[in-house]
Amino acid sequence: MSADTMEATVRNARLSPEEEAILHSKEVLECIQCGTCSASCPTAYAMDYTPRQIIAALRAGELEKVLRSNTPWLCTSCNYCTVRCPAGIQFTDFMYDLKRMAVKRNLNPRGSAEFYKATVSTVDRHGRSAEMELMIRYYVSRLNPLGLLKLLPFGLKMLVRGRLPLLPHRIKGRADLAKMLDHVAQKGEA
Amino acid sequence: MAYSYYPGCTQEVSTKAYDRSSRAVAKALGLDLIEIDDWNCCGSSPSYSLRHVETYALNARNLALAERGAPGGDVVTICNGCFGMMDKTNRRLAEDADLRREIDEALAVADLEYRGTLTVRHLLDILVKDVGREAIEQKVTHPLEGLKVAGYIGCAFSRPSGIDDMEFPTALDDLLTWIGADVVDYPLKAACCGGVLMMGDKQDVALKLVHTLLAEAVRRGATCLATACPLCHLNVEAYQGQVNSRFGTDFSLPVLFFSQLLGVSMGLSKKDLGLGEELISAKALLAPFMT
Repeated sequence: MSADTMEATVRNARLSPEEEAILHSKEVLECIQCGTCSASCPTAYAMDYTPRQIIAALRAGELEKVLRSNTPWLCTSCNYCTVRCPAGIQFTDFMYDLKRMAVKRNLNPRGSAEFYKATVSTVDRHGRSAEMELMIRYYVSRLNPLGLLKLLPFGLKMLVRGRLPLLPHRIKGRADLAKMLDHVAQKGEA
Repeated sequence: MAYSYYPGCTQEVSTKAYDRSSRAVAKALGLDLIEIDDWNCCGSSPSYSLRHVETYALNARNLALAERGAPGGDVVTICNGCFGMMDKTNRRLAEDADLRREIDEALAVADLEYRGTLTVRHLLDILVKDVGREAIEQKVTHPLEGLKVAGYIGCAFSRPSGIDDMEFPTALDDLLTWIGADVVDYPLKAACCGGVLMMGDKQDVALKLVHTLLAEAVRRGATCLATACPLCHLNVEAYQGQVNSRFGTDFSLPVLFFSQLLGVSMGLSKKDLGLGEELISAKALLAPFMT
């Protein structure tokens, strides 16, 4: 065992079963490092690590660096990587796995998950989404009232055309929906 | 033919013209869209980014309600995002027994069940494959001759669903051609608009993608864009001002839903098609075809 591998092994001793699993996932094991994913990715230029480098980093045991990177948060789910991968790796889904794991361990870059959390909160309470409440929740969470002000001209244009959703529609079955989501969440923790 | 209809959240207000025009053209073509009773949000990529089983549960509730309301009829959506999420859920439930059990239990809490009998479809796919060229051409009373349009079908219509070519989907171009439009060659037809990155802290990246999409459409001679997804639509329409101030451009390209253009060619009314609600007016462009 080389010194590098030894170091990674020692570092990984504290990994949870879920984290251990991702280091030995199909994606990490079966990738052929051809880089088709990175070449196909419309946002790779802005990523800390390109999709191919993400797999290489995980092979080197650098899970924490991967989870701290901006990469998963720049995935737009365009699915080019997934449909082009010669090894059949569903990279888009893998990006989602990394996002969930990063948030769970609170390692995701600051601000990266706030809009997502605002969406989930709106959807879970009302059963529907609505842009206005989302944006307000998002900018409040970022302590950025200026961001909201900057949206004003855009908001006004949408408003005069009757296209600004002020309040989300609330579904009738929202109590049932909440029970369903609670049930799933509790199962997940068990 | 009856279908369960899932409009999707943005269709309630910010892109309600898409919902209205889709219902209008469906009716005129003899498709019976039965709205799913009390449907909920599909969760979209924000929910799936934070929790996957809960997101499947959101979609399973809609599938269960659809199966109950219109047994046997496919579920039809008009949003690429909703389509992708519901289709993914439907496929996963069919192939993953553990997930299926978990979701069945969650549905039971709300006295629901999903037997897995439905197929998730996109309205554009139904028009092109089920209704077909002949039936559509027969309805065209105002062919869109001379209207130079770029068909921007977006990512999630065919990727990863495979309902059309995953690199070069032609459903939208085919439909636009059948209704007489002058479809420009647009190689970015299935390229990315930035999706959810437009909202949140990565907006710069999304604006750059939209800039590329607009620049290519204009370079190819398009005088408007046609879309098949409200998220693509909002990104390429509502953010043109921000693209212009960032990149020093002066784009002012009208963006219309495929259902609006189809409706115009069929002689449907401005009101039924939600025309006039565009942020960049298409009035002058469409005037020659309006009755």
